[in-house]
Amino acid sequence: MSLRIVVTVKYVPDATGDRHFADDLTVDRDDVDGLLSELDEYAVEQALQIAEDADDAEVTVLTVGPEDAKDALRKALSMGADKAIHVEDDDLHGTDAIGTSLVLAKAIEKAGYDLVISGMASTDGTMGVVPALLAERLGVPQVTLLSEVSVEDGTVKGRRDGDAASEQLEASLPAVVSVTDQSGEARYPSFKGIMAAKKKPVESWDLSDLDIEAEEVGLDGAYTTVDGAAERPARTAGTIVKDEGEGGKQLAEFLASQKFI
Amino acid sequence: MAEVLVYVDHVDGAVRKPTLELLTLARRIGEPVAVALGNGAADTAATLAEHGATRVLTHDAAEYADYLVVPKVDALQAAHEAVSPAAVLVPSSAEGKEIAARLALRIGSGIITDAIDLEAGDEGPVATQSVFAASFTTKSRVSKGTPVITVKPNSAAVEAAPAAGAVEALSVTFSDKATGTKVTGRTARESTGRPELTEAAIVVSGGRGVGGAENFALIEALADSLGAAVGASRAAVDAGWYPHTNQVGQTGKSVSPQLYIASGISGAIQHRAGMQTSKTIVAVNKDPEAPIFELVDYGVVGDLFDVVPQLTEEIKSRKG
Repeated sequence: MSLRIVVTVKYVPDATGDRHFADDLTVDRDDVDGLLSELDEYAVEQALQIAEDADDAEVTVLTVGPEDAKDALRKALSMGADKAIHVEDDDLHGTDAIGTSLVLAKAIEKAGYDLVISGMASTDGTMGVVPALLAERLGVPQVTLLSEVSVEDGTVKGRRDGDAASEQLEASLPAVVSVTDQSGEARYPSFKGIMAAKKKPVESWDLSDLDIEAEEVGLDGAYTTVDGAAERPARTAGTIVKDEGEGGKQLAEFLASQKFI
Repeated sequence: MAEVLVYVDHVDGAVRKPTLELLTLARRIGEPVAVALGNGAADTAATLAEHGATRVLTHDAAEYADYLVVPKVDALQAAHEAVSPAAVLVPSSAEGKEIAARLALRIGSGIITDAIDLEAGDEGPVATQSVFAASFTTKSRVSKGTPVITVKPNSAAVEAAPAAGAVEALSVTFSDKATGTKVTGRTARESTGRPELTEAAIVVSGGRGVGGAENFALIEALADSLGAAVGASRAAVDAGWYPHTNQVGQTGKSVSPQLYIASGISGAIQHRAGMQTSKTIVAVNKDPEAPIFELVDYGVVGDLFDVVPQLTEEIKSRKG
């Protein structure tokens, strides 16, 4: 039987761009170029490797986001994923992590899955909680923050590198996995892959397809409220000296003046 | 006065510093009630009492070490039911955020992660967060349910505030999902004798300019002269010169020490995201155009192989 892998990906504003907030204090997505979150490329890569090692597997990439989020799906398809699902609905604007996990979980269940793979966090929100929320909602094991992952005979195994210890984890499928940027360099799409991606199916679902009411998501459905956002004041210009043999001593003098020594 | 649950991060009964910082913040909102789980849980009580815990709820079972995350969620949920707190505070570690998120979902609450400050507000606790690689700060609150908030290390001072700290056994029934993910092996990280990166008052980091694994001895020597933790940029970690656990930046640790010393680090956005909120920043770099110099309070344009050893010697001689 085919191993059904669903990879959750996010379309994010480019972190090297000038990111800011819109008037309603949601992330402004209009003025900054978007792309597939770099940390999700690792999830796509591990999904493709697991699929290559399996006799029969299918990799579906899933995103929730505005029209442009299709770009993130295209990137994943050009890397080698088989098909894509785009959940798009005007009522989703302003959805928080709890709401996003609801939409993803419903979509994953509708798509059918044996294994869900996510990145360790998005590069914009950076919360890193969606994989745990998905496991909770789907009622399946959470095998997260893996630097190494393998699937064999219906069991997922992996290594989770924590602050205090490195742990070996094991769980039966179906399960939710997240992988870190240490899990292995993501492949670049080949020209052939890019051409092939144009012919791969991308399904579009909206909230009614997932039996989700508008009030459950969006800004109004959010469980958190942002009351204000302020640009961090630029750091005041510091003293820069050129080392002419005494640079280390000058630096020590500065540290002493600040009571660090 | 309302009670506030504080999830205790401890190692065999030794309470880690971020938990004590949480007690400082919890006291702004209500009376802290600590929840300590696993081996040595009851041993945490004395320290927690010294820092303001009015009660310490404890529970030990093999499940906490043998299975990932969910047993701790079950226990924190039991504590939430028993206490009906005004808020639940959890240290912002990778595991802490996962525990907090699952708890929030179960109790129908919102979650805020990685707060750097917390104040009482008319509509519940107001959390300050640092976002977009620390270029913005936001004020947020949980608008549904009991606020569940994770707080980053170094967000508050540790304060002595003696309280009763009465130890009470927490009654926990594990859910059928508790044993879903088995921990089949655990290798403890070798202790370097240096402070934990995210908790340290001073962090000394090396980057591409360090030029090789063997040269990190220079960075370590400077760190040791200051009693500091050692960090590394992504470039240095990707090159295999220093372990990933020491990486500072977007995909590594985010640090906010009193003093951050960057050596041979250009200061790409990836790195800045993890250190920009440090109180004082100094840098040594050969390239006068390196973006790190835009952030510094004091910068030396020069060869780190000259400047860093001289700095280390000078610190040692001044400290006598």
